[in-house]
Parts: sequence; C-alpha cells; structure tokens
Amino acid sequence: MVWQCVKMAFKAIVANRMRAFLTMLGIIVGVIALVVLVSLVTSAGDAVTEQVEGLGTDLIRVTITDDGGRPLQLEEVANFTLHEDIGAAAPVNQVAATARFGSERGRATVTGTTPSYAEISGVTMVAGRFLRTTDVDNNTHVAVIAERAAEALFGTTEVIGAPLSLNGRPFTVVGVVEDQESLTNLLMPGHTIYIPYTTAVRMADHLSSAVTTMIVSAADGDMNAAEAAMDEMLLERFRRNPDAFGMFNQALMAEAMDEITNMLTYLLGGVAAISLLVGGIGIMNIMLVSVTERTKEIGVRKAIGAGRWSIMFQFLIEALVICMIGCAIGVALSWGILEVASFLVGDVMDFRISLDVVGVAVAFSLFIGLVFGLYPANKAASKRPIEALRYAG
Amino acid sequence: MIRFENVRKTYYIGGEEVKALDGIDLFIGQGEFVAIIGPSGSGKSTLMNIMGCLDTADSGIYELDGQRIEQYSENELARIRNRKIGFIFQNFNLLSKMTAEENVELPLIYQGLSASVRRQRVAEAMALVELTGRGKHKPTELSGGQQQRVAIARALATRPSLLLADEPTGNLDSRTGVEIMALFHRLHQEGNTLVLITHDQKVADQAVRRIKISDGKVEEVT
Ligand SMILES: Nc1ncnc2c1ncn2[C@@H]1O[C@H](COP(=O)(O)OP(=O)(O)OP(=O)(O)O)[C@@H](O)[C@H]1O
Ligand SMILES: [Mg+2]
Repeated sequence: MVWQCVKMAFKAIVANRMRAFLTMLGIIVGVIALVVLVSLVTSAGDAVTEQVEGLGTDLIRVTITDDGGRPLQLEEVANFTLHEDIGAAAPVNQVAATARFGSERGRATVTGTTPSYAEISGVTMVAGRFLRTTDVDNNTHVAVIAERAAEALFGTTEVIGAPLSLNGRPFTVVGVVEDQESLTNLLMPGHTIYIPYTTAVRMADHLSSAVTTMIVSAADGDMNAAEAAMDEMLLERFRRNPDAFGMFNQALMAEAMDEITNMLTYLLGGVAAISLLVGGIGIMNIMLVSVTERTKEIGVRKAIGAGRWSIMFQFLIEALVICMIGCAIGVALSWGILEVASFLVGDVMDFRISLDVVGVAVAFSLFIGLVFGLYPANKAASKRPIEALRYAG
Repeated sequence: MIRFENVRKTYYIGGEEVKALDGIDLFIGQGEFVAIIGPSGSGKSTLMNIMGCLDTADSGIYELDGQRIEQYSENELARIRNRKIGFIFQNFNLLSKMTAEENVELPLIYQGLSASVRRQRVAEAMALVELTGRGKHKPTELSGGQQQRVAIARALATRPSLLLADEPTGNLDSRTGVEIMALFHRLHQEGNTLVLITHDQKVADQAVRRIKISDGKVEEVT
C-alpha cells in the first residue's frame, strides 16, 4: 500500500511535470543556499583555523599599552622567566628599513630582539648563528637575515660575514634563518631581518628603550598556566591596572576564528533555512490548488474504496516526494557549484560539501514536506465522497 | 441484503425544499436482479448513492447485510464500498489521467492485492467487457460505450456481491446495450445481486423485478 502510494505520487508528479518543477524550485534554491553557503563558510573557516594552528610554536604576545609612567625596562624582561610557568621571554620592536647590498636594495622589516626570540618563535638556523647576549649588551651592528631576503639581496644564502646596510647603517650578516610562515611574519612587509634589540632602539626615533611588546613561551607547553602567570605578574608590575597591557596567543585566535565561523554558519544557515521555509509554503500553495483541482479524482477514489488514510497518504507522499526530489537536485547542484568555486579559486582553498549540512538539508526538506503537505493532504482526505464526485472541475 | 425503512432525503435549494426521497420502504434480497425505473429527477441517483454508501439519508433506516449503515465509521464505509459494492456511475467517473487498465486496477490496489493477482483480475474483467487490447488507452481515447464498459469492468474487478448500475445503457447504442444487458444476466445467474437504474422501459423489462420511483416514493411494478 505504501509503495502504491509512492507510485501514485510519482505518476501525479510526472503528469504535472512543469508545475512540479516550479514547485520544487523553491526547495532547490533553498537547499542550494543552505548547502553552498554553509559549506563555503565551514571550508573557509577550516582553512583559516588550520593555518592559524599551523603557525608553529605556540607563544603569547604581550603588548604594553599604558605603562602609567613606569615603562618596562629591558632588564625586567628576564625577571618574568623566573616564574615556574614561563619558559622564555623576548622583547620585540620593529623598524621599517631599506636594506642595501651593493647596488641591490629592498624594503625590510627589521625586528629588534634578544637571543630568546629564536627559542620562543622556533627559528631554524640555516647558517651562522642567531643574536647573542653580547650583541644586545654592546648594541653591535650584526644582522640575522631570512633565506628569502638573502637570496633577493645577495643572490645566495652563503652570506655570513657579508656587509649589509640598513637605513644607511653598516651591519654584518652573522646568520641566516629559515623563513617562518608565522602570522607576524605574514603581516610584515618586505624582507625579514633580525638585529639586537638595543641596536634597533637607536635606529629609529620612535623607539625608546622601554619595552612595549614581548613574546613569551610556556614552561612546558601549558599555555593557560603561562598566560595566567603573565597576567598576574603584569598586574603586579602595573599597579593592578588591567588596561595597562594586552595578551594574545594563537590558540585564542584559533578559538576566536572558530567562533566567528560558527556564528557565520548559523547566521547564513538561518537565512537559507528561511528560504527553504518559503519554498515549503510554495509547496503548500500548489498542493492546495492540486487538491481542489483533483476533487473529482478524490471523489472517485473514495467511491471505489479509498479510505481516509489512503488519500491522506497519497497527497502527503506527493508533497514529500516533491520536496525530496527538489532536495536531491539542490544537493547535486550545490556540489557542482562548490566544485566550480574550488576550481576558480585554485590552490588557495578547497571547498568541500559539508555532509553535515547535507544531512540537515535533507532532514529539513522532509520536515517541510511533512508540515506543509499535511494540511492539503488532510483537506483532500476530509472531502465527502458524494460532494467530491459532484464537483464540476 | 438491502433494507430501507422510511428513508428520507431532502435538499434545500434557495429556501425551497426538494424531497428527493420521501419515505422509502424497500427490501432487496440476496441474488435479486432489480430495475429501478422512474423519470428524470425522480430520485433514482439519490437512492443509489445511499444504497452504495456514498451518501447518507436524513432520516430512516438503511440496513446492509443486517447492519445499520450509520454504525459504521468512515473508514469501514470505504471498506464496504471497496469490497462489497461495485458502482457503475451514470457518468462513468473514470480517472482521465490513467489508462483503462489502471482505472480497473485502482479498487484492487485499495484492497491491497498483490500485483500478480491484480493483473489477472484486470485481464479477466477486461475480457468480460470485451475490451482486451484496449487496456493501454486513456478514457479520452475511448468511445462513450467503451468508457461505459471500462466503468463496468472496474466495478466487476473486485467481484462485489452487490452491483449498482446507474443508467448503464444510457450512453450506448442499442446493440451494445443488449450486450451489456446480456452480461448483467450472466452475472445474475452467477449469483450476484444487481440493482439497475434506468428510465428505459425496455431495459427495465429485462430485469426480474421492477420498482418504479416517482417524486421520491417507490412502488412495486408487477
Ligand atoms: N446535491 C443536490 N443538491 C440539491 N438538489 C439535488 C441534489 N442532488 C439531487 N437533487 C435533487 O433531487 C432530485 C432527485 O435527483 P436525482 O439525481 O436522484 O434524480 P434522478 O432520478 O437520478 O434523475 P436522472 O434520471 O436525470 O439522473 C432532483 O430534483 C434534484 O434536483
Ligand atoms: Mg441520475
């Protein structure tokens, strides 16, 4: 009996192909909106999260925003590392500079820091050495440059001992490091060059010896403990003014990204769900018209023995079948759209159809078919046979 | 099998009352072949609709197989129409989007019969009305007489114990009409109960028993 009803529903749909398709359109568009939008957001979110998580060593970036007249001195940075939860700490400042070797010149972001920087941000040496404590103490003019910078300026990475000019000041290259795909490096324009913290302070007027930024690592990977410890120590240092400093780490950032994607997913999913709902109302409209149009048919069916449930079932299944076909077409088109989108953006991102949202779309379409099919189906089933038979349509 | 006791049905059209059935008392036994004859508008179709459980009387008693109709639920009535009654409508009432075979098959589907049994029953019924080979045609592709015969095949396919026919020969030429009547005679001889509605005296004369209806009242014709 169920199978017969499904068959009848299919027959009725095939008999009214065009109308059924137009009815489905609402569902198709709704499903595409839902599946494509949510898949795009989740794919993009996953990619960003992955990148943030792939940024290597986890570290906390501390920024002093309001020192209250008591600037943090370079000597104090080491004090933070005395805490058992803190691994290492390094001050950081930055100068935009023109790097020159012979006739070769290029823009560079010069980072002034201390030896701990290498350990904290996981710098890998290619040749030579990183900055040393004596470099910082004596503000020597030594520079550690990234591989790409070396190749661009010198045409080789064998540059230990080579002279390099930064904003006209003479430096000697003492080490070459691998380029880091870290977030900070991505945001820095030009070549990546490290020099002693104290040397950098003298290079630019806007830099003072006061430390405004530092990076800190955890003692044994426990970022939360390290963060809590830093927070407490900084509060202590800045007269318990919570606005004196800010802290930021990559786990936090990943979390924030996740939150944003989730929010976007729900927001867009909600909007798409509304369009599906509108599609459902379209189905109800057409089904109601269909019920009126087929009053005579309902009368005949009842006269030859169709019970209330058979009629109800027939129309309900019809609504469900329309919804499910629409849903299937929508999912197929969504897949196609995402494939095309992936192709268009190239290697940057791979938009994959989110199976979760396909599940949601199917469930939602079923639900809509059921809800919006129920009323017309019930209307059909309640028709009295004799009156339905007399209907002149 | 059928017992009417003081059955009344009144229609109100624009404040005017039309007594379609005005106190009908009637008994039709198992295996009878009855013709109900009367002029147009005398209440024949109304009587038949009540007999076929499509409509209900305003007052009075209608007993089918010893049980009063109002005791059945809507779904039980559908079941009775499906299994016990074969209805041949005055205007055929075939489903235009289905083929002749599918029309005949429909009541069997509602009986929940398997596809193979259905196919066999449909073939039998189509053969009975001599429409073998026309099964794939839609009603619109058939002549009036052929449509009438599809309607008869549909009524016969379920092997009902009570066959109700409203003007089954009204749309047919006299030769086809005679053939249909012959078919009814055969069904009668096989033990079926037949109630035939007609306004044609010649058709009525072929039945075993004749009942005349006029202005909503019945009288036996001897
Ligand atoms: N649904 C209805 N609403 C109002 N009046 C009706 C309705 N059905 C039938 N009637 C009236 O009841 C009376 C009997 O109608 P019925 O259809 O039973 O006649 P009939 O004997 O079958 O006529 P015919 O031979 O033309 O088919 C008629 O006067 C008709 O106008
Ligand atoms: Mg009539």
